[in-house]
Amino acid sequence: MTIRIVIGLDGTETGERALNFAKDLASKISECELIAVYVIEWSPFTFQTAEENAQRHKRREEEIALATTRIVEPAVASLQVDGFTSTGLVRHGDVAETLNNITGELGGSQLIVGRASSDGFAKRIFGSSTQNLVMHADVPVTVVG
Amino acid sequence: MKHTLKLAGLTGFLSTLATSALAQEAMTLDQKVNEAFATSTGWFVNFIFMSFPGTNFPWIVMWLVVAATVFTLYFGFVQFRFFKHAIQLVKGDYSDPNDAGEVSHFQALATALSGTVGLGNIAGVAVAVGIGGPGATFWMILAGLLGMASKFTECTLGVKYRNEYEDGSVSGGPMYYISKGFNELGLPGGKILAVLFSVFCILGALGGGNMFQANQAHAQISGIVGDYPGWITGIIFAGIVFAVIVGGIKSIANVTEKVVPIMGILYVGAAAIILIVNYDMIGWAFGQIFAGAFTGLGVAGGMVGALIQGFKRAAFSNEAGVGSAAIAHSAVKTKEPITEGFVSLLEPLIDTVVICTMTALVIVISQQLIVDPETGNYMLNEAGTAISTVDGNSGVSLTSAAFGSGISWFPYVLAVAVVLFAFSTMISWSYYGLKAWTYLFGEGKISELVFKVIFCIFIVIGAAASLGPVIDFSDAAIFAMAVVNIFCLYFLMKLVRAELASYASRLESGEIKKFNH
Repeated sequence: MTIRIVIGLDGTETGERALNFAKDLASKISECELIAVYVIEWSPFTFQTAEENAQRHKRREEEIALATTRIVEPAVASLQVDGFTSTGLVRHGDVAETLNNITGELGGSQLIVGRASSDGFAKRIFGSSTQNLVMHADVPVTVVG
Repeated sequence: MKHTLKLAGLTGFLSTLATSALAQEAMTLDQKVNEAFATSTGWFVNFIFMSFPGTNFPWIVMWLVVAATVFTLYFGFVQFRFFKHAIQLVKGDYSDPNDAGEVSHFQALATALSGTVGLGNIAGVAVAVGIGGPGATFWMILAGLLGMASKFTECTLGVKYRNEYEDGSVSGGPMYYISKGFNELGLPGGKILAVLFSVFCILGALGGGNMFQANQAHAQISGIVGDYPGWITGIIFAGIVFAVIVGGIKSIANVTEKVVPIMGILYVGAAAIILIVNYDMIGWAFGQIFAGAFTGLGVAGGMVGALIQGFKRAAFSNEAGVGSAAIAHSAVKTKEPITEGFVSLLEPLIDTVVICTMTALVIVISQQLIVDPETGNYMLNEAGTAISTVDGNSGVSLTSAAFGSGISWFPYVLAVAVVLFAFSTMISWSYYGLKAWTYLFGEGKISELVFKVIFCIFIVIGAAASLGPVIDFSDAAIFAMAVVNIFCLYFLMKLVRAELASYASRLESGEIKKFNH
């Protein structure tokens, strides 16, 4: 039976360490699929101007394309080069909730994320999100420091 | 070429006011602007507010209320039957997680609300209650409840017939559903009506969405810092709006879009506090509202005067039937256009039934309106046109005084709120006007820039002119949109009913599922 492990990426060095940890773990499991996920922080309850709304679909596509080419595809490529079965995903939403939902949808048995990163954007994404994930996830979560 | 010629023609027409007014000497600029403005727009205002022969009941008010009633009956009281479902949609219960990152129902509603919640709720209600007495509130609430069905109809069509471009951006609104819907039904004249709507939408954007806002913002600021020429406020406002809509300085818009909802909550919160503190007077205030609704309590025009004011200000505040909301709501991501119709029907409820009513209650409870102790009726001013108020306040200053009597420092918060509301409404309407403009003249940077510059010039005129002519023109321009929009909605409403029947049966059968439980 294939064991699926979801890796939460944040495009930083911490995410990179999570990726390496996942490789180590997967190498000890005979049948394992690694799913690299990047969640773009987004809430349906924000306030936007009419012009922003009209452009939103276009921006969303751009955000997904950017995250896919810069973060997810390189991660998947790195995993595949090392011989692992791997796929990638980009989603919008609350980071902790979305990672947990994706893991559930794909039948993942555990989640691996980086510890709260130390600065700026990454901190916003993975700061409290990591804590939320640890507190509320439906599967075991490994936080890599 | 065709677009360029049309652009030149309309630009010339719209600029007439601006150039004739602004060419005057600076010393008497306000008066000159006011005079030129009243002269140039008088015929238009007179036509829109023409009364039925032998009465003083403007045909346009009847037009809006009859339409809202027809839609309410035609869709079987959709605003009540699907009210709970509308809340569930806004909460995201039916939103596909795979659409995360697109415009949500909440965002579309909030954007549309930021265009309508504003001075209409603060100054407009004061005008209604100041002229029509507390009874105007009753008719305002009724118009708000009925208007929910008008909003439902137009916003469903707005999403259904929007244009989705290859780059992923969208444009929607009455001009699109009129031309496409008429075409689909094989009806002639869709294109002409869409053009007519667009012309009125541009005037509405320049009037109610711009000049009225600038005018009342100036009144509020000068009420606090002392009297000074309106064109100064106008130029400052025009500069900031120009920076946002032309300069693309997002940070100003970003700050506004965060602060405006907070201001809205603060405003409702302050009204709630005043009402709670004066809870023993709420019963009396509602008594005044009901008595005034059917007797007028001495106001000019009696019951009909109260009714006209209530209906007029409700329509001006929530814009149901006007078509503006259909432009704002059309950006939502949904496979079911009717879901946005359900969400949009919450708009008149929040705007008119809740916020406007709270403002009216605060004005009545604060006893700013002077009552004749002998008759119990309200006393009219010398001209006999409005109710006498303490310190002679009207419009936004009446609301400010009413709130100030309960919370002494609140007029300062209100001044900030008015300025921010005015600003956010201007930004919203600059977009509505722009969409109508680009429908007429085509998308393109030069075309868009021309409209944006005209929009900014009208901010200066609006701030400099006095309230009377500005409010008349603003109402007239916005109601003119409703003339075309509602006329077309009568033909298109069967398309909405087909959508409603299909959606309702799929919802009942469980085919349409909740994603969040």
